[in-house]
Amino acid sequence: MSEKLLLRFEDVSTDLSDIDNYVSDGGYETARAALRDRSPGEIVEAVKDSGLRGRGGAGFPTGLKWTFVPKGTGKPVYLLCNADESEPGTFKDRQILEHDPHQLIESMIISAYAIGCIDAYIYIRGEFSTGYETLCRAVADAYAKGFLGKGIFGGDTEVNIHVHRGAGAYICGEETGLIESIEGKRAHPRNKPPFPAVYGVFGCPTIVNNVETLSCVKHIIERGADWFKSIGPESGPGPKLYGVSGHVKKPGVFELPMGTSLRELIEVHAGGLRDGRKLKAVIPGGSSVPVLRADEIDINMDFDSVAKAGSMLGSAGVIVMDDSTDMVAVLRRISHFYHHESCGQCTPCREGTGWLEKILARIEEGHGTPADLEKLDSVAKSMMGTTVCVLSDAAAMPVRSFLDKFRDEFTAAVSGASGRGGESARAVA
Amino acid sequence: MTADRLAGGLYRKRGVPAESVPEMSEEQNKDGGAVEFGAEALVAYEEILTHYPERRAALMPVLWLAQHEFGWLSPQVLSYVSDLMELPLGWVEGVATFYTMFYKRPMGKYHLQVCTNISCYLRGADDILGALRRQLGIAPGETTPDAKFSLDRAEWLGSCGTAPMLQIGDKQYVENLTVEKVIDLVAKLERGEEV
Repeated sequence: MSEKLLLRFEDVSTDLSDIDNYVSDGGYETARAALRDRSPGEIVEAVKDSGLRGRGGAGFPTGLKWTFVPKGTGKPVYLLCNADESEPGTFKDRQILEHDPHQLIESMIISAYAIGCIDAYIYIRGEFSTGYETLCRAVADAYAKGFLGKGIFGGDTEVNIHVHRGAGAYICGEETGLIESIEGKRAHPRNKPPFPAVYGVFGCPTIVNNVETLSCVKHIIERGADWFKSIGPESGPGPKLYGVSGHVKKPGVFELPMGTSLRELIEVHAGGLRDGRKLKAVIPGGSSVPVLRADEIDINMDFDSVAKAGSMLGSAGVIVMDDSTDMVAVLRRISHFYHHESCGQCTPCREGTGWLEKILARIEEGHGTPADLEKLDSVAKSMMGTTVCVLSDAAAMPVRSFLDKFRDEFTAAVSGASGRGGESARAVA
Repeated sequence: MTADRLAGGLYRKRGVPAESVPEMSEEQNKDGGAVEFGAEALVAYEEILTHYPERRAALMPVLWLAQHEFGWLSPQVLSYVSDLMELPLGWVEGVATFYTMFYKRPMGKYHLQVCTNISCYLRGADDILGALRRQLGIAPGETTPDAKFSLDRAEWLGSCGTAPMLQIGDKQYVENLTVEKVIDLVAKLERGEEV
């Protein structure tokens, strides 16, 4: 796939965040034609038929999600774009938000029309100030051109987009946490069911989709479901944004067909490892997914293949670690993050994340005992499947997989002869 | 953070006695005690309300507005927002304390937040933080005596491809950092130059 779609801004010489440039490049024509020529039902069918699966992490079929919106409730339907991009290792949506926001807006117009939504929100993480400002300007420009508001493109459809800025909380990336946050609350995820499609924001039917997921909609409508299906594996096709970070020569975001091999991603696109270093470990889908060893990277990066290898595609944020990496220190960092970000609502997560961090700190600083490894495992086990949302699982999965895949390092760290204690005190205070 | 969130009281942080709750300085509170939006901010406030079907949902953008107006969310500011929006003070405090970007203490002119999460950690975030500690003479969570710089660790800023990096306040990202670059950055900010 040589032509870039989601990252088209990299291929064109003009700044696509400028609405005039975007329009000259053929922008908003797909939305104009869709609203004129197709019924909402036809668009839902096309998205369903394309096999598009959510790019935020869970990989749920997008078209199917849309059909869960109940008909005839008399309540407004909301579309929420999840631009909270909160999983460490993930920095793909930011590219679209900062460089091609109209692609997202155009896709949201089509999607809102399809599900019968008048008011849509983009929830952007608070830290992305450039993205926030770019989006606000893009939305204002779209209103000024008559692409948003009442009577879009001279027809009778109304779509409004509101930009809601987060303020620093990982849990807002969880869809019900995001909903609570838009409602002006602490972002405590909700029990499901009821699912947001039935009872979402303001008690109304709500669809929450990720930035990259929504951005695919415009291309599906423009080029057809069959085109989309022809890219990558049948079980979850389409173009995909992969972010590669860590110990590689050329970290960055790469648009490639779904199912590109992890080895190719690291060795070719990200330029391989730093000179003189060997690969040690890869986290393939953001910091919460199980880690892979260097001998496990001959897999295709699509939902099913990564799952078969015992990990998850997640948000496709690939974190690469070379042989200089201290796995105990990395796991402590990861655990610190989930402890910091636990919303505190459920006991297994609130207490569990704290214990994981505490035990790992002890081990890293050279005060661990062999019993600590068993403790880590049992705390992590008790955190899985026992809470309202999956933050708890997200904190537990790396712990269990690091212990499993790099057991020797952890065993050595608690052996008493590890030489730990001096240097590491600076890691996390 | 979790422990802080659970402690309930806004300023009842670990080991910080209630009497050391920061007060607004005269500089930060120019109107001599009255915390109130000016005419322009009130227009912005009314505009914010139009984006939501219920007033409570506007709380986060209103807290952002208040932070930009007053510098940080002091107890007086939260009390003002609570009155203005007709929301219980406890509710406003609850939301303000949940989100890390809402400041519950006064910050220096430049709030430097070094991302220390995994991708930045792998590429030397600890060295960047160490250089800033030495350069500024403060630890994370502290502000220089001249109120110019505050230093913090940030828990992941979504910039893994350009690690290590830091954010200044709620605005600018400074990416692909090295120890030399960060020392240069501090020098430029000291001189009031653009970075």
